[in-house]
Amino acid sequence: MTGNWIKQSKDAADQHEIKRPVLKNCIKAFLVGGFICFVGQVVTLILILFFPFTEQTASNPTVAIMVFFSMLLTGFGFYQKLGQFAGAGSAVPVTGFGNAVVSAAIEHRSEGLVLGVGGNIFKLAGSVIVFGVISAFFLALIKTILIQIGVI
Amino acid sequence: MKTWHFPSYPSIISSGVAAGPFEKNSPYASSFDTFFEDLYMGEKSFEKAQRKLMETSVSSALLKAGMSEQQIDCLIFGDLINQITPSNMAARSIGAPYLGIFSACAGSMEGLALAGALIDGGYADSVLTGVSSHNASTERQFRYPTEYGGQKPPTAQWTVTAAGSAIVSSDKERNALAHIEKATIGRVQDIEVTDPFNMGAAMSLAAADVIERHLIQSKDSVADYDLIITGDLAEIGHAAAKDILSKKNIHLSSEQFIDCGKMIYQGVEEVQAGGSGPACSASMVYGYFVNELAKSSLNRILVVATGALLSPLTFQQKETIPCIAHAVSLIKPIKGGQ
Repeated sequence: MTGNWIKQSKDAADQHEIKRPVLKNCIKAFLVGGFICFVGQVVTLILILFFPFTEQTASNPTVAIMVFFSMLLTGFGFYQKLGQFAGAGSAVPVTGFGNAVVSAAIEHRSEGLVLGVGGNIFKLAGSVIVFGVISAFFLALIKTILIQIGVI
Repeated sequence: MKTWHFPSYPSIISSGVAAGPFEKNSPYASSFDTFFEDLYMGEKSFEKAQRKLMETSVSSALLKAGMSEQQIDCLIFGDLINQITPSNMAARSIGAPYLGIFSACAGSMEGLALAGALIDGGYADSVLTGVSSHNASTERQFRYPTEYGGQKPPTAQWTVTAAGSAIVSSDKERNALAHIEKATIGRVQDIEVTDPFNMGAAMSLAAADVIERHLIQSKDSVADYDLIITGDLAEIGHAAAKDILSKKNIHLSSEQFIDCGKMIYQGVEEVQAGGSGPACSASMVYGYFVNELAKSSLNRILVVATGALLSPLTFQQKETIPCIAHAVSLIKPIKGGQ
């Protein structure tokens, strides 16, 4: 009897569940994500035109500047609102990474600089770094092997 | 365990609600006593702010009752934070004998039921019970940092920043806001929901089950209650609970079967499915509904506070969400003594 109620209740709950508006979310993510990348492109162009950077060397300072922007927006409480609106659009660009780091740092300030900020700053972004490094390692390994056996 | 009947009708003689800045948008804001202008409330952390909320609601309740802390025989507090520290710290500053309780968001009615039992059993003459929740401290413990830009699904709920407390007394000379008549302690129910952003749905069976047991064991019918009020089921859970109840042959109209989680932020955007947190039911019941009983606008209500008994660890370890609900029936003041 109990099992029966679990099934029936789950069905009732599923029936009333409000689905995520996937198409609408995709469009919003596309527009906001695209806009963030547009800003990044403008920053790159400024670096190339007015500073001694080339197309190859401008990408690192661009990332740093974009993370700085996202730091400011996070600190002033705007990035969270943007995130609710844009979803992946604000999470996937490097500004989302900046937000994950800075929000954790702000949050754990109350536990002090070492145990709080230091210990928790990569709480959310840590797995991005771990899996980023691991996949980079394996890609490099595959490339090296392919070069050694003369495929590329 | 059977429904508890309290023949001495313990009185709720006073209540206090303190709330955060966002709760000013609530259509029931005028029923709350104190508001804070920012989420830190002049404290250094959100957890300390939550303790301050609790202390402030207690002060309001004591002030309205014209009582001092020394006249309280027992404190029963609860909240959502690890080891219920905001409750413990608030109890430290009050200094009366203290029972700390945890049943997540069902803590409000667990506290009120226990307060009724202590008074009716003659173990105490005045019990102060209350619960608190804070949006940012809860987000931080259960979800992500406050400023993290994650997108919440439409099933997510907004934790209420507030604390609500009530003084329950055996004193028949005093004017009561309401009396505690009966209470039914809930059973843990798990309908195998794993999504912590869909807690209303997870709690639906726990709520329906305790309502059914309360009605059968106390031999009451649905018509005996003006309102059956759930704690924080919100849009999805409340609709699901209503469906489950009709399958159990308990038919409720949408005017009679209401939910604090749906009411507290009615018309407020950005809360998704509705409010949640122990203070969701506590602020609505101790702020609004007991005063409606006091005015005799309502005769008898059944409050069913609902709680999702998960922790950040259990859902990461892929456990389903066990849920609980406790029901307390309240009646309007009995005039002319007994």
